[in-house]
Amino acid sequence: MRVLAAMSGGVDSAVAAARAVDAGHDVTGIHLALSRNPKSYRSGARGCCTIEDANDARRAADVIGIPFYVWDLSDRFHEDVVEDFMSEYAAGRTPNPCLRCNEKIKFAAVLDRALALGFDAVATGHYARLRTGEDGLIEMHRAVDHGKDQSYVLGVLTQEQLAHSLFPLGDTNKTDIRAEAEARGLMVANKPDSHDICFIADGDNAGWLAEKLGDLAPNRGGDIVDHASGDVLGQHEGTFGFTIGQRKGLRIGHPAPDGRPRFVLDIEPVSGTVTVGPREELRIDRIIGDRARWCGSVTSRLEGTVQLRAHGAEHRAIVHTSGSEREVEIDLLDPAEGIAPGQAAVIYDGTRVVGSATITATSRVSVDAGPA
Amino acid sequence: MTTVYLDHAATTPMLPAAVEALTAQLTATGNPSSLHASGRHARRVVEESREQIAQALNCRPGEVVFTSGGTESDNLALKGIFWSRQRRRVLTTSVEHNAVLDPLHWLAEHEHADVELLPVDSLARLRVEALRESVERDPDSVALISVMWANNEVGTLQPIDDVVALAAEHGIPVHTDAVQAIGAVPVDFVASGVDALTLTGHKVGGPYGVGALVVRRELEVTPLVHGGGQERDIRSGTIDPPAIAGLAAAVETSVKEQADAHARLSALRDDLVSRVLAVVPDAVLSGDRNAILPGHAHLRFPGCEGDSLLMLLDARGIECSTGSACNAGVPQASHVLLAMGCSEAEARSSLRFTLGHTSTQRDIDALVEAIGPVVERARAAGMRTGPA
Repeated sequence: MRVLAAMSGGVDSAVAAARAVDAGHDVTGIHLALSRNPKSYRSGARGCCTIEDANDARRAADVIGIPFYVWDLSDRFHEDVVEDFMSEYAAGRTPNPCLRCNEKIKFAAVLDRALALGFDAVATGHYARLRTGEDGLIEMHRAVDHGKDQSYVLGVLTQEQLAHSLFPLGDTNKTDIRAEAEARGLMVANKPDSHDICFIADGDNAGWLAEKLGDLAPNRGGDIVDHASGDVLGQHEGTFGFTIGQRKGLRIGHPAPDGRPRFVLDIEPVSGTVTVGPREELRIDRIIGDRARWCGSVTSRLEGTVQLRAHGAEHRAIVHTSGSEREVEIDLLDPAEGIAPGQAAVIYDGTRVVGSATITATSRVSVDAGPA
Repeated sequence: MTTVYLDHAATTPMLPAAVEALTAQLTATGNPSSLHASGRHARRVVEESREQIAQALNCRPGEVVFTSGGTESDNLALKGIFWSRQRRRVLTTSVEHNAVLDPLHWLAEHEHADVELLPVDSLARLRVEALRESVERDPDSVALISVMWANNEVGTLQPIDDVVALAAEHGIPVHTDAVQAIGAVPVDFVASGVDALTLTGHKVGGPYGVGALVVRRELEVTPLVHGGGQERDIRSGTIDPPAIAGLAAAVETSVKEQADAHARLSALRDDLVSRVLAVVPDAVLSGDRNAILPGHAHLRFPGCEGDSLLMLLDARGIECSTGSACNAGVPQASHVLLAMGCSEAEARSSLRFTLGHTSTQRDIDALVEAIGPVVERARAAGMRTGPA
């Protein structure tokens, strides 16, 4: 096959490209330039987007012995991922930009272009496994290394996308990947893992949003209100700085009457109100989702598990699809805490990804609460 | 897979004469500034090289200042003359190489220079009337005028004679970046009337990392690099005899063979253009057909992303350029094409094919055979934003 290996400049995608070569594919490496104004050097825990990262990817391609190019997707990335991130926060939701990037950039814009240019597949360094099921459909499963498993952020991929994807690392533990990179002479072997959001250098999401939102900001401040009493406990500088379940940074002057910590329960961008309350109010057992995407065939009822955030826990659940197959209702058998609209619910049957949906509403276990 | 190299304007293979001249000096010992026999030998190599270059370009040997290449020569000319002349304005074209534009932006930002980027027509040719208007607005405030001899992207020759005549009316010095022109078209320093001229080794079949600024003896240039003052007190640094010997051999050979090369390369280039246009009828040739470097063929392929075309041709062993500056490997829309009036999309859909001394008919045949399917593929992949 002619394979396009997306190389971030990190160890995983470098080994993935090398393994694609070993598997006998005709591999071309590309680095995606996603930042409109790339910085020269890496800082913080970001794993892409600087010129240094592009150079690391180029050097890995040299060592592997494959052609290498840089593709500029900065405009697409800005429109589909960064602007989406901003508008979601502005609307009081909590998006997952990595998932959006996989959905819109890596396995859409890049894959489409690759197929048009004569490639058969895109290979990435994601930790997930693909195999063909008995029905002939391609199944995506969790990686062998559960700590590194990235099937959650790939849960938006459809059959068509999976049919043109390669994840060469899914059967290996991360520590072995580092050792393999070392043995292959890839200088990125000891490069730190990336985490955080790649376009927010210092990891300060609220600060970044405060600066970038501009006119998009729904408000620049409002009340922090107690869930039970309705009392105004303090002021904030913009609802976009909060996410459901957040505890830190509330800056409430006086403690709750019961002396227990308070958490963000609800964000109302129009009125600018942030509602806080005790931890138990975060517990939910019912989720409504839309924009559902299915990896294969759709069943109207499934008993399986759902994962509600990256590297989050699995919850046993019963999933119902509505007639349109675009909406799902999820009843959690194990309640979850701090689940925010905008996050993705990825649905699993054992280790297999069944599909995903964007959370639009949740219901609390307690009787007195409405949808968050 | 044989390589079809169609990127001679980026760099061209070293000429055998240059390889011979360079390697002959690699094992010699001697600092040209030393006073003993070895030093004198090294100095002799350097001075003979200077004379060779002076003869080839019709300047005086003392006017050849060796540098590390085109970018340094441009920096030296622009900053050096700006500082020595103590005048505010620098006039240039909007289609210069970054080696000219970036030093001028730096002067504007840090030295309060008033830099004017003068417009070009749709063929990338300087609008001389715009230059005249700008000069005559306040001639005494102009430190220098810098106009490239030939554009590196589309190959258009600039009206250097007109620029020099206009500058001479007001006693303003003229610098020209001639890195693409030497060996491609006749370049005569004295006859041209320019005051400073940039050349570089690797564009004329010489080594990388060496070049020269030919600068009129009477013109004062403030040095950028201070040290031993080896080169006319304008440029310091230990002189590199092997590189300079290689440079001189390349300049001498390419200038001697210029007329023949021009005839041969322009015939090949015309063949390339007409046959590519026959395969891809909606492709558009950029630049001035009547005043152009012989080896340049700059084509726009509507609906194609230049870097898609480049990658597909590269996979077939055909090497060319998107003809624009790169930022970390990402082709930016060319400022030259934008200045010529192209849209961003038009600018990004171009490829530059440039021929040189090793180019053959077989190279053209290979490109003509590949270009049809490649354009079809690239068109299917669409422009950068892609299908929404």
